[in-house]
Amino acid sequence: MSPQSEHLQDLAEIRAMMERSSKFLSLSGLSGVLAGCYALGAAWVSANVFEFNPTSMAYTLNAEHEQGLVLTALATLVLAVLSAILLSWRKAQKKDEKIWNATTRRVVTNVSIPLIAGAVLSISLLQNDLVGLIAPITLLFYGIALYTAGSYTYHDIKYLGIIQIVLGLLACWFVQWGVLLWAIGFGLMHIVYGATMHFKYER
Amino acid sequence: MQVSFDNLHKAFENRVRLGIMSALAVNDYLDFNSLKEFLDVTDGNLATHLKKLEQLEFIGIEKSFVDRKPNTKYFVTPKGRQAFEAHLQVLEGIIKAQK
Repeated sequence: MSPQSEHLQDLAEIRAMMERSSKFLSLSGLSGVLAGCYALGAAWVSANVFEFNPTSMAYTLNAEHEQGLVLTALATLVLAVLSAILLSWRKAQKKDEKIWNATTRRVVTNVSIPLIAGAVLSISLLQNDLVGLIAPITLLFYGIALYTAGSYTYHDIKYLGIIQIVLGLLACWFVQWGVLLWAIGFGLMHIVYGATMHFKYER
Repeated sequence: MQVSFDNLHKAFENRVRLGIMSALAVNDYLDFNSLKEFLDVTDGNLATHLKKLEQLEFIGIEKSFVDRKPNTKYFVTPKGRQAFEAHLQVLEGIIKAQK
């Protein structure tokens, strides 16, 4: 091997190591598309089956519908998280990498903190009948979590985060569009983002 | 352009050492197992190279306990960062000069 190509290889390896050790690159784009589909389904069920369509921030739900909504939300969350874990695990396997390493742990911690704060706040809003604020608040906190995650995984995820934050803020003013904006943020945007990531990085 | 090969630090001739420095350059801390996973080397191999870099004062060590098990964290010292960056610049210079 010529000394020049040896140095070039050194540089390539340094770059690869820096990226691999600081960024979680096993995140699957397809899991984003799936999460978007679940979210669209959940928004439809909430609006049509449980008549969730708050027109003001303070809004009382009937107890039966409230239970159904909470279950729908939990089911959507569990499905989305499971798909993400499964598809990312498969992607890591293909690249012959372990999914649970120092970088993954860092992404998970950094994302969990804003998400848990948002979840606790949503529970309190639900108990206080401030139902109209739940769609905007979940969008906002999720956006903040994604923006934070952008430092530790594909940078593009920061843009998705900003879009969710803007939609969340809009939803605070236009409470009557809450479900629609939530469906755009968690549904449509996930599908667009996931498909973009899939074609950009996984092909 | 004349570029001196003498500026390429001998410590970085080895791929494992170069890998350790690259990984530590972009992380505040990494523990032994994380390094091992990123570099895909054996315990003994990694330990030898870590010791070498430690002797050169390029990396520092912080020992602590996690769940009562000893846990060693490694980080780059300012001296190590300087040497690594100088090494990168020389590499870049050589490649540019030969283009």
